[in-house]
Amino acid sequence: MSETDFTQEHIEMMKNVLIEHVPHAKAIGLKVEHAKRGEAWLSVPYAENLIGNPETGVIHGGVITSLLDNACGIAVQLALPERMSIATLDLRIDYMKPATPKLGLMAHTHCYKVTKNIAFVRGTAYHTDEEDQIATCVGTFMLAANRAQPMPVGPEAAAEALKILEKNKGGAA
Amino acid sequence: MSGTKARIDVNALMQAIPYARTLGITVDQRGNEITTVLHFSQSLIGNPVLPALHGGVIGAFLETTAVAQLAFEFAGGAADGLPKPIGLTIDYLRSGKPMDTYGRAEITKQGRRVATVRAEAWQEDRSRPIAAAHGHFLLKATDDAAQS
Repeated sequence: MSETDFTQEHIEMMKNVLIEHVPHAKAIGLKVEHAKRGEAWLSVPYAENLIGNPETGVIHGGVITSLLDNACGIAVQLALPERMSIATLDLRIDYMKPATPKLGLMAHTHCYKVTKNIAFVRGTAYHTDEEDQIATCVGTFMLAANRAQPMPVGPEAAAEALKILEKNKGGAA
Repeated sequence: MSGTKARIDVNALMQAIPYARTLGITVDQRGNEITTVLHFSQSLIGNPVLPALHGGVIGAFLETTAVAQLAFEFAGGAADGLPKPIGLTIDYLRSGKPMDTYGRAEITKQGRRVATVRAEAWQEDRSRPIAAAHGHFLLKATDDAAQS
C-alpha cells in the first residue's frame, strides 16, 4: 500500500470501471460518490422500479443488499495493494428500519482487515446521516478468487469487458 | 405443511412488488411447493468478465424466496402484510452463471412475531447450490403493530 489516498483520477477510474461495467450496478443506478484507501461511499437513487412495498413505496430490502454488496466489494478492491479478482464469501445484513420513500440511499463501507486470502469488510446504509442507520452489514471476501480472469481494472481490461458486454447484447449499442 | 388453509396466488403477490419484477422473479407454485425463478437477463450481471450474477441480486433473490415462502405459509394476501426482513446472512457458494436460477425456502422456526427461514438457490443441479441464506423476518403481528 504505497499511496495513502486516491487521486481524483483514481476515483474517476473507479466510477467508470467498477460501476459502468457492472450491468446490475448500472441497472439500479449505483454511483461511487467518494472513495479512499479501503473505504467507499456509494449512492442509489430512489426509483419506482426498486420499490419493495407498493402500498408504502418503501424501497426493497434487496436493493440495499445490492448496494451494500457492491459497496463492500469496492472497499475491498480499494484496500488491496494490487488489483485482483475477489468473490463474496458471506454477507450478513441487519435491517434497522425501513428506508423513507422518495429518498435516495447511501452506503459507506470499510474494508478494515486484509489477510493473505480473506478481506473483512463492514458497512452501513443510510439516507443522509451516517449515524441514522437503515441497515448495517458485515462480510468476508475471498481474494484472488479467479487468478486467470481478474476483474477489469485497467483501460485495456475495461475495453475488453465492454466488448463482451456489447457481444452479449447481440450487437445492440 | 400448510394443510387445508386457502391457497393464495404467491406469484401474483410477487408481481405486485416492483423490485421483484425488475429482477425478473416469478413463482412456480405446485401444490404446497413453492419454487422461485430468477429469469436471467443481462442486467443481473455483476462481473461481466466471468460472467457472473451480481452478489446483491442473488441476495435479493434469496430474500424474495424466503418472503414468498412466508407469504404462502401465512397467507397474508396483500403486499402490505408481507413479512419484513430483520437480518439476512448470505453464503456465496459458487459463482452464479448467466442462466436462470431457482430458489426454495424452508421455515425453520415460526414464532409469534419472528420467523426463521433458510433459503437456497441453484442453477443446473440442486445438489450444487450457488448460494444459501438464513434470515429472520418480522411477521405482521395483529397485536403488535410492526415498524413502518
